[in-house]
Amino acid sequence: MAHQSRRTLDHWQLTPDELAALRGQMLRFARVQLRDPDLAEDAVQEALAGALRNRDSFAGRAALRTWIFGILKHKIADTLRQQSRVVTETALDDDDSECLARLFDSNGYWLPEARPQVWRNPDVSLEDRRFWEVFEACLEHLPGRQARVFMMREFLGLESAEICKAAGITLTNLHVLLHRARLRLRACLEQHWFAEER
Amino acid sequence: MKHCEQSTRLLSEAMERPLARGERLALRWHLMMCGACRRFERQLGWLRWLAERYVPPEPVAVGDGPARVRP
Repeated sequence: MAHQSRRTLDHWQLTPDELAALRGQMLRFARVQLRDPDLAEDAVQEALAGALRNRDSFAGRAALRTWIFGILKHKIADTLRQQSRVVTETALDDDDSECLARLFDSNGYWLPEARPQVWRNPDVSLEDRRFWEVFEACLEHLPGRQARVFMMREFLGLESAEICKAAGITLTNLHVLLHRARLRLRACLEQHWFAEER
Repeated sequence: MKHCEQSTRLLSEAMERPLARGERLALRWHLMMCGACRRFERQLGWLRWLAERYVPPEPVAVGDGPARVRP
């Protein structure tokens, strides 16, 4: 086993500390999505084992992270697909009653300060770690349920029906939650990153 | 129809399900006249595109704290 992991580390050009840090990050990511430490641990183990089995399939160090988190996302999505909660019609207004009121006037038009502005090119943000820190911070500001369904949809690529089943919400609720999550994330990213004039 | 609010709702739902003909027409009509909602539509696409590419950033050395945003 020691021999095995040494070969692996050499292959990935990671020090043991770096590998531990990577594992810690994977665990945090999995815990946020699954909200169950044991399930998160399982998903990370499986993802790492899968990565080891196919360790020749990536090139370079930046690619390693992308690739390994890609495997982890698949594992998390599989785990969520096996979950099934009782669907309840919940009062979403408790979740985020002021969201729309802060963006639109009583006739449903954008408030002047909330109107979407032109964004600078998002392409160039991909390689900028500061952008991803802003992205994470904006995500953390979402109410919990909005963040969860947004991540299930856009990080993990689950279909609407799968999310409703895993989260125990109706399709209408899902649409409301995603709408609000997107409104809030868009505004936060614009304010803190994409606005042309800063 | 509550114009921009409802339009953003339809634009968001269009990423989950095909819109009905009536919804599509109402939306197109509104978008012809509203630049802010047209930008919203484009940015929803970017949001999905970015989220698909999200990987937690590599931790940095001490002293360089994480970004902070106001709620």
